[in-house]
Amino acid sequence: MRRIRKRQALAVVALAAVVGAFAVTAATVQAGGVGSALPSKIGKGEGRLNVIEWPYYTDDKGPGQFARKFETQTGCKIHRQDAGTSADMFALMHANGGGGGGQYDLVSASGDASLRLIYAHDVKPINIKLIPSWKQFLKVFKSPAHNTVNGVHYGVSVQWGPNTLIYNTKKVKPPPKNWNPIYSKKYAGHITIPNNTIQIADAALYLMKKKPGLGIKDPYELTKAQLTATVKLLKRQKPLLKRFWNYATDEITSFKNGDVWLGAGWPYQTLQLQAAKAHVKEIVPVPTTGWADTWMLAAKAPHPNCAYMWMRYVTTPKVEAKQAIVFGETPVNPLACKYMNRISKGSCNAYHLNEPASYFRKIKFWKTPIPQCGWKKSNSCMDYNAWEQAWTQVKG
Amino acid sequence: MAVDAGAFEAGSPGRRARLRLSGLLWRRPWLKALSLLTLPVAAFLLVYIGALAALFVSSFWTVNSFTATIQHTWSLANYRLIFSSAQPYLHIAALTLEIAAAVTVTDAVLAFPLAYFMARIASRRTRAIVFVMVLLPLWSSYLVRIYAWQTILAHDGAINWGLRGLGLPDQNLAYTNWAMWIVFSYVWLPFMVLPVYAALDRIPDSYLEASADLGARGIKTLRSVILPLALPGLVAGSIFTFSLTLGDYITPLLVGGPSSQFIGNVVYSFIGEANIPFAAAFASIPLLIMGVYLVIARRLGAFEAV
Repeated sequence: MRRIRKRQALAVVALAAVVGAFAVTAATVQAGGVGSALPSKIGKGEGRLNVIEWPYYTDDKGPGQFARKFETQTGCKIHRQDAGTSADMFALMHANGGGGGGQYDLVSASGDASLRLIYAHDVKPINIKLIPSWKQFLKVFKSPAHNTVNGVHYGVSVQWGPNTLIYNTKKVKPPPKNWNPIYSKKYAGHITIPNNTIQIADAALYLMKKKPGLGIKDPYELTKAQLTATVKLLKRQKPLLKRFWNYATDEITSFKNGDVWLGAGWPYQTLQLQAAKAHVKEIVPVPTTGWADTWMLAAKAPHPNCAYMWMRYVTTPKVEAKQAIVFGETPVNPLACKYMNRISKGSCNAYHLNEPASYFRKIKFWKTPIPQCGWKKSNSCMDYNAWEQAWTQVKG
Repeated sequence: MAVDAGAFEAGSPGRRARLRLSGLLWRRPWLKALSLLTLPVAAFLLVYIGALAALFVSSFWTVNSFTATIQHTWSLANYRLIFSSAQPYLHIAALTLEIAAAVTVTDAVLAFPLAYFMARIASRRTRAIVFVMVLLPLWSSYLVRIYAWQTILAHDGAINWGLRGLGLPDQNLAYTNWAMWIVFSYVWLPFMVLPVYAALDRIPDSYLEASADLGARGIKTLRSVILPLALPGLVAGSIFTFSLTLGDYITPLLVGGPSSQFIGNVVYSFIGEANIPFAAAFASIPLLIMGVYLVIARRLGAFEAV
C-alpha cells in the first residue's frame, strides 16, 4: 500500500511538471503583428487560391461553372474549406496564430463576422482600386460599415440578401405580413429561428417599433438596458419555438417533416424547399435584418495575387448574376441585372436588385456589435462578447 | 529446426549480435520493459496527458473580447462565470448529467435481459445471430443513425404514422429532451450489452446449481448470485454509456429542442467565438465528473470485468 501511494505521488509530480512546462512555454508565445503596404498592381498568379467559404460559394460543382472559367483564365487552382456558420468561419481564420494561419487567402465573411476579423487582425486592408467593378456597385455596398473602417477597405462586397420569413402555406393562414407571428402564441411549437448570436438584432428590430420607449436606434448598437429588454423578449419567445436551426439544411428538413410551420431564414432555404415541392413561401418583411458577404483578404495570405484576381473576377456583372441565381442572393453590382434576367426571366426584380436607395435603408445589414455606438457618440454599447453571453443565456 | 549447436558456433556476425542482445535482455529484464514501453508511454504522456494539461492551464486564462487574443494572466474568472447562479452553465451541466444518468439506467435495464439471454439461454447459433444484430448498427456511421432517428421522430415520421394508423393522437417527440434520451439510449446500447454479456458468461454453472441445491428459487438466485456477479459488467458498461453521453454534442444539435444544450454544445460554440479559455474551463467539468465516476466504478470492481 505504501509503495502504491509513493507511485501515485510520483505520478502527480510528473503531471504537475507537464502542466508547468506548458504554462511556461505558452506564456512566452506572443502573437506577431502583420504590417503591410497596399499593392499598386496585381502581380503574376501563384497558381493556387485557398479559400474559407460558405459551402459551394466558389461554385465548385454548381451550374454556373464560373469558378472553372476563373481557374483556366488565371491558372489559380481553388482549394476550398467549407464553413457552416459565421462562428466556424471566424474560428478557422483565427486558428494557427490567426490571419488565416498562413494557409488561407480569402474568406467569404458575413457582416456578423467581418468586423471581428478586422479587429482581430485576421484580415488586412486591400487596394480597392485594383477591383474595377467596385465603381459600379450600389452605393450602400461600396464602403459599408461592416467591411470598411475609417475609409480603409478590408475586402470587397460580393452578394447580399434579406433575412426572410418562411412559412408553410397550408398551415399559416392568413399569410404573414411582418415579423409579429414568430413572437405570438398562435403558432406556438411550430416556429424556428437561427441559432446565431446575431439573431438578437432581429428581436431588437421588433422592439424598435413595439416599444419605442426603449429608444433603440440601431439593432446592432444596444445599450445594456436595451440588450436586457431584448433578451427578455427572446426568453419569452423560446417556449414558442420548435427548435433553433444550426445549418440551413436543418431548417429545410424541419419544414419538410412538418415539424416547423414558420421561421426566420434566407431565400436559399425557400428555393431549396420550393424545388422539393414543399408548400412553402417567403416574405421579406420591411423593415428586416439582412446579411451582406465580403470577400476578405487574410492577413497572412500566401497567394495574394490570385486572391486579388478572384475579387476582381467575382464582382464582374456576369459572374455576379450567375452566383446570385445559384444561391438565391442578390448582387452588389447593379449591372448584373440584365444578365440575371437573361438566366431567369424577371429574377432581377424578384431579388430586389433594382430597388431605390430608400429600400436599402429599411434593411439593417448584419454588423458585429462593438462598444462604440454610432448614434450615441459614446462607448456605452454592448460588445460582441456581451451579445454572446446574452445568447447563451437565452438558450440555456 | 534451424538452430542447432553447429550453427551456434559458426554463426554469422549478425546472428551473434542478435544473440548477444537477446542475452542482455534476458539478464536485465528492466531493459526489456523499457524498450517495450518507451514509445507508448511517451505518446501517452505527450499526446494524452499533455493535451489535458494544456486544456487545464488555458482554462485559467482569459480572452480579450474584441481582438480575440488570449491574455496570459492567471485568473479564476472563467470558473466564477460557470458557477455563477445568474448564468445558465450550471443548469446546462445538470441537464447533461441528468440525461447521461437516464441513458445509463435505461441501457442497463434493456441490456441485462438481452445479455442474459445471449450468455445463458441461447444456443450457440442463436447467440451468434444476436451478437451480429447487436453489433450491426455500429457498422453504419453514428451520424447516419441520428439522422435516421430525426426522420423517425419527426411530425410526419414513422412513429406518428404508426400512431395515426392505430387511431391515437400525434406525439411531438422531435426536438425535445425525450428525443435525446431515446436516441442516446439507442446509439450506446451495444456498449452496455457487451460488458454485461462478458460478466454473465463468466458465472460458472456450478454456482447456480449450488444456489438451487440450497433451496433458492429463481428470483433469489438472480438477486443474490447473478446480479452481484454481473455488477462489475454493468458498471463497466455504464462507464461507456455515461461518458459517451456526457461528451456528446451532435445528438443535442440534431434532435434536441430549444432548451437542449449540452456541455459539449457550449464548448463548441465558445471555440467558435475563439474563447478557448472559457471552453477549456467548461470542458474541465465533465473531466471532473468522470474522474469521480471512475473512482466509484473502480470500487465496484468494474475494471476486473473487462
